[in-house]
Amino acid sequence: MVTLQLTRVSARYGRQVIVQDITTPRFEGGQIVALLGPNAAGKSTLFRRILGLLKGDGEVAIAGTRSERPVAYMPQDTGATAVLTVYESVLLARMQGRNLRVQNDDLAQVERALTELNITALSDRDIGDLSGGQRQLVSAAQALVQEPDILMLDEPTSALDLNRQVNLLGVLRRLADERHMLILVALHDLGHALRYTDAAMVLENGRLITCGPTEEVITPALLREVYRVTGRIESCSRGQPQLIIEGAV
Amino acid sequence: MSTEPLAAEHAPEGRVFYRSQILRRQLILLALVAALFVSLCVDLALGPARYSLNEVISALFAPNSVSQQARVILWEIRMPTALMALVVGASLSVAGAQMQTILNNPLASPFTLGISAGASFGAALGLAFGVAIIPTAIEFVVPINAFLMAMVTAFLIHALSLKRGVTVETIVLLGIAMVFIFNSLMALIQFFASQQAVAAVVFWTMGSLTKATWPKFWLALGILIAVMPLLARHGWALTAMRFGDAKAESMGVNPRALRLEVLVLVSLLAAIAVAFVGTIGFIGLVGPHIARILLGEDQRFFLPGSALCGALILSVGSVISKSVIPGTIIPIGIITSLVGIPFFLFLVLNHKKASW
Repeated sequence: MVTLQLTRVSARYGRQVIVQDITTPRFEGGQIVALLGPNAAGKSTLFRRILGLLKGDGEVAIAGTRSERPVAYMPQDTGATAVLTVYESVLLARMQGRNLRVQNDDLAQVERALTELNITALSDRDIGDLSGGQRQLVSAAQALVQEPDILMLDEPTSALDLNRQVNLLGVLRRLADERHMLILVALHDLGHALRYTDAAMVLENGRLITCGPTEEVITPALLREVYRVTGRIESCSRGQPQLIIEGAV
Repeated sequence: MSTEPLAAEHAPEGRVFYRSQILRRQLILLALVAALFVSLCVDLALGPARYSLNEVISALFAPNSVSQQARVILWEIRMPTALMALVVGASLSVAGAQMQTILNNPLASPFTLGISAGASFGAALGLAFGVAIIPTAIEFVVPINAFLMAMVTAFLIHALSLKRGVTVETIVLLGIAMVFIFNSLMALIQFFASQQAVAAVVFWTMGSLTKATWPKFWLALGILIAVMPLLARHGWALTAMRFGDAKAESMGVNPRALRLEVLVLVSLLAAIAVAFVGTIGFIGLVGPHIARILLGEDQRFFLPGSALCGALILSVGSVISKSVIPGTIIPIGIITSLVGIPFFLFLVLNHKKASW
């Protein structure tokens, strides 16, 4: 089973250190880990550091991988104007690093990713004609089609309507449970984090504030000190924790 | 979504559409090849001595079946020019296509990035003052000067692009700045040069296929043949570049390394083309856009499609340049600008789907 552990990890752009001294417990396949924190906390930078796109001190230890490309990353949506269909766009992500000949297995994986995200109906649409939310799902399919052991998604629900948010997070839960993927997901919605993730890391100003089981991490104190809001966590009738925001500090 | 089973469920309609799209593109490429052959034949047939298409085809496939005079005119005089049109058109179009791809900008081309202007300046130095940037035989001074200045421009743009904070938009602005700088230098050369030299410079900058010879053709073809597979092997990565650097990186592409390699390769293509036939604008802009509309941006089709579209445009331009005024060959650069741009605007404005 895949594992990921960060030890005193820092990341820098040029000489500017953006993220520093991040140490986490060992995360395992089957877990969903929420990456939380306000804007500009360093979440995307940490993803890029784990992926090896940025330099820095410390160790990113990944073990137990089975895939050719063990880590797949879905960055935040920046729009796309390429004259490609959704099907081609997902195939493109699958084919990176491979030769130009497309095998039936590659097409099957594309269709699997599209099916899992329930966007097969978009297959023939041009990527440039999609809404932001649809593009975000295609972007998730592009990460999924790489069959990674570790899937990292940077704010994947930011442009989705509520129905699609819940559905996408449900898909991630199934991927973790059934395919034993380790999923790291940056979220702003702490309610979603409480409901769908097993562990959470909270970043602020490039430093790790706290890390542990999500229910233990998201507390009224965290809401007040990091998010500058007041709120409480209560158990709903089914015993699941529920976040109630009362107001800004 | 959450009720869907996790096991692979085939989406046959998606695959069927994809397959039909592939087939359609293969047929379009074949049609372009056929159109190119027709255009080549018409180009060969036209000139002071006119031949029928039958005679041209006979001369191509059974040279002994036509008169010696026809054989000499078609094979020795017209063929290098006609074939040069194909190779130069393909080279400029591929160069434009990949510049647009790696810079993610629809306005990028050898012309707009100043590479053609740099080459023109190098050529003008040779034509006006006989200055050779590196010592060489007198007949090669102009093309070698043009080539060197084109490469210098490309590397200058690339070096500036490596500076921190420089975006792809800035690179295009740098290219435009290069165009203005070289245009000013050209004006300065023309101010100091003799009247005869000014005429030579002006004619060179118009771009003309009549400069073509067999050795130049073989060299230009050799470079095109060498560069195409080097670009093709990056096909998936280049297609990914159209999603922007961050997305391409997330797919495992190294955008900076790829951009440098491709910039060098396409500058070579553009430099050779401009060095041998002068400044021929807009092919690098129009060719890729037509290919994009016809074939999309999957590089497996976009790359050969761009080459074929560029070759076809220049070949048709060559036909037009011979047909407008009987007995006179108008410089091809004038034709490509006059005919290419309205055609391009027509295509873009009448095409329902976005071409960028």
